[in-house]
Amino acid sequence: MSTPAAPLLEVRDLATEFATREGTVRAVDGVSFTLERGQILGLVGESGSGKSVTGFSILGLIDPPGRVVAGSVRFDGQELVGRTERELRSLRGRRIAMIFQDPMMTLNPVLSVETQMIETVLAHERVTRAAARARAVAALAQVGIASPEERLRQYPHQFSGGMRQRVAIAIALLHRPELIIADEPTTALDVTVQGQILAQMQALVRETGSALMWITHDLAVVAGLAQRVAVMYAGRIVEQGPVGAVLDAPWHPYTRGLLDSVPANNVRGVPLRQIAGMTPAPGQLPAGCAFRPRCPRADARCIEEPPLVAGPARSALCHHPLEAA
Amino acid sequence: MRQRRLASPMPVFILRRLAQTLVVLFATSLIVFVGLYHVGDPVEILVNPTADQAEKERAAAALGLDRPLHEQYFGFLKGAATGNLGQSFVYGRPALEVIFERMPATLELAALAMFIATALGIPLGLYAGLKPDSWGARTIMAASVVGFSLPTFWIGLILILVFAVQLGWLPSTGRGPTTEFLGITSSLWHWDGLKYALLPAINLALFKLALIIRLTRAQVREHSLQDYMKFARAKGLSRTRIVGVHLFKNILIPLVTVIGLELGSVIAFAVVTESIFAWPGMGKLVIDSIFQLDRPVVVAYLMVIVFMFILINLAVDLLYSALDPRVRLDAAQ
Amino acid sequence: MPPNSAATAAQAPAAESRFARFAAEYARSRLALAALVALVLIVLLALLAPWIAPQNPYDLATLDLLDARLPPGSHAANGMTYWLGTDGQGRDMLSAILYGLRVSLYVGLASGAIALTVGSLIGVLAAFTGGRFEQFVMRVVDVQLGFPAILVALILLAVLGKGVDKIIIALVTVQWAYYARTARSAALVERNKEYIEAARGLGLSRARIVLRHLLPNALPPLIVVGTVQVAHAIALEATLSFLGLGLPTTEPSLGLLIANGYEYLMSGKYWISVYPGVALLATILSINLVGDQLRDVLNPRLAR
Repeated sequence: MSTPAAPLLEVRDLATEFATREGTVRAVDGVSFTLERGQILGLVGESGSGKSVTGFSILGLIDPPGRVVAGSVRFDGQELVGRTERELRSLRGRRIAMIFQDPMMTLNPVLSVETQMIETVLAHERVTRAAARARAVAALAQVGIASPEERLRQYPHQFSGGMRQRVAIAIALLHRPELIIADEPTTALDVTVQGQILAQMQALVRETGSALMWITHDLAVVAGLAQRVAVMYAGRIVEQGPVGAVLDAPWHPYTRGLLDSVPANNVRGVPLRQIAGMTPAPGQLPAGCAFRPRCPRADARCIEEPPLVAGPARSALCHHPLEAA
Repeated sequence: MRQRRLASPMPVFILRRLAQTLVVLFATSLIVFVGLYHVGDPVEILVNPTADQAEKERAAAALGLDRPLHEQYFGFLKGAATGNLGQSFVYGRPALEVIFERMPATLELAALAMFIATALGIPLGLYAGLKPDSWGARTIMAASVVGFSLPTFWIGLILILVFAVQLGWLPSTGRGPTTEFLGITSSLWHWDGLKYALLPAINLALFKLALIIRLTRAQVREHSLQDYMKFARAKGLSRTRIVGVHLFKNILIPLVTVIGLELGSVIAFAVVTESIFAWPGMGKLVIDSIFQLDRPVVVAYLMVIVFMFILINLAVDLLYSALDPRVRLDAAQ
Repeated sequence: MPPNSAATAAQAPAAESRFARFAAEYARSRLALAALVALVLIVLLALLAPWIAPQNPYDLATLDLLDARLPPGSHAANGMTYWLGTDGQGRDMLSAILYGLRVSLYVGLASGAIALTVGSLIGVLAAFTGGRFEQFVMRVVDVQLGFPAILVALILLAVLGKGVDKIIIALVTVQWAYYARTARSAALVERNKEYIEAARGLGLSRARIVLRHLLPNALPPLIVVGTVQVAHAIALEATLSFLGLGLPTTEPSLGLLIANGYEYLMSGKYWISVYPGVALLATILSINLVGDQLRDVLNPRLAR
């Protein structure tokens, strides 16, 4: 039963461009989705689909030669696109937190974990160092790090990959943000550790009531974790909807292809199904529907921009959706 | 990012360094001694030209120059073991004594030059790295290439020409009076002495300044692109903190090592500046000694320089391990 | 597979466009382009000095002592203009600078070329031989690089005496280690890559490895190191000449010209020292600017 409150995050027609030597590239091309409070959204796509750029664009962390050129991002009713760095800074780390992919590179190797956690607390609240320290210890304990007092004094290289990511998660949770954007947080970790982190995140998010945007290339992760899923291809969201519905009966041929190519969904002894062809380079997208060259259902009509086929809480960007809407 | 490991505990490390030091010192002394042995005849220079053969022979004997090479060298080594690196032909005193007399002047010049180079170089380099497309940054980088290309000795001449001859603001030669402060006697503590040191120090500093600007900028550019910088922004930290702490501590590590090594280089390069500005330091001494064929001084100078270099290298290594946590703790673990 | 002729035909335009691309990349900086032009001009001036200099400054018969220490723009008895003035012996500064440029460039380039050859050979040899030899060589390189160049050169020249060949020897000694280190790094990359191929073939294939793969890989960093080193060598030679070591007075480089003018500085006859210095600065500066741009173009990592 949903209350008619405004969604926590409302992204509409977001577009981000990068100026490269070969010309301007649209990494994110008119992306729209919403996220309610406490909801978990899985943003799925291959490398180069623009999913990470979407995450960064929301927080205004796109550096030149890239910039957000169009669209709107409304967080709790406030527009974020076009805000100054100073205004965004008060949101970052406090109401919207981000977790990056490779924890080895995201924690500064020459500063202690303690320094990096305490500074996050002190950046947004006027508390004593001792109080900030206590918060940090509690956060480390919350993510399941043993002997947090000792660990606090150590340096990032003394932690294993999984532990470092837990530290990053702890940092994200320090101010109990309303939204956490996690950019492929488990991709760089061992498979066993992946499962642990996943479970941890799920529990934590339920506990704190944060909304979570989980960016990944792994459909399986999304299946177990998210309530809604959005599939990205070549800078656009080609399908989005409730996770169960989309994965059971996808509308877009690309989603179908992704599901089919998961090894677990294939029959033993028969060659693995794949999506023919390769993802186009961002600067060389085909006209009309970007998936056209690889789509088994493509025809002459697909040279034109595909329409948005929408249903209640679901949508797909296709001329020939798999299931009639 | 460079990964260094102090693979053994501290005392072994230092001991190994000391052993290496001795080897290098020995090799240097051997090479230089043998090399200089064949150059010219010091007696000709030192003795009155009208002296007869007998007097020359006596002079040669007094200086030990009549003995064969290996005897001279062993004599040198024996003396070296007790801290005596030979007697200066020109001054008639222990070579080391003469050198140590002049050392403070050189060190003072080198220190001032490095101070100027770092105090200006790091901020300028930071700015050029953080705002690479700004008008200011481009000017700084253009100027740094020029500073890098200017031959030190020529710039010294220009400095003298402009500031001493044309404008008359600063003296062109010599060292000023010294005063004492915190137990250190130097001419830098007071303007009367400082004004003599300014031009030669600036001269020495220019090249290093350009180097430091370029190095700092390169480091800033490299480290700004790292993920942890973006992560720091995502946490909502202020720009001051991101640059002043996160970036700075990372660039400091390679910077400190280079600056330490450059200090040694500055001491060596003072040779040129001291000649131009007639600054009474070790550098001028060694140039004069080369021309006067005062071999003991030349040999002793080289040994001293090598030793200083090794000390500086050691200090830099220790500092590096102190600054970079990835290195420090390996020894403990 | 397309027939051989088609393949080679396809290769020729590919190689050409690679150079064209490189040239276009390089030309993106107008400053570097200007520096390249300046450098070419300077080299031309030096090469053509005997023909374009108004006077041969080392032919004593053409000198007139009465014309000594004249300021720039003065005229000689025979109507020639001393565009940059004259020095203490009545030599035309412009001519002296042109000839001095020849010497400076010659010494710098010759020592650079020799150091490049010697250093690269040693570096490559070390990389391919490996083991203790490589360790020993690299240790020597490290020690050599730790020593300040000026001191090494000073002592060497003190021992060797004066002469163009002596100073080239000194400069080569100071520089070879840089080339050795760079060449070795490049060779190491190759050694690791072609290890398997080298195991299969013997002497012949190794030579081909060196020529076909090593050189193209090693050349860019060597070129970059080379430009910096040549600029350094020229500056170092000038410094040594200024101090009175190295070149004999019969073939003065720009450094020696500057030294000769030192004594006249105080009396305001600046042109004897300053103009050779400007020529020196222009040379070193253009080499450095060209080298900078080469480094940026040849280093893909900094592509923004």
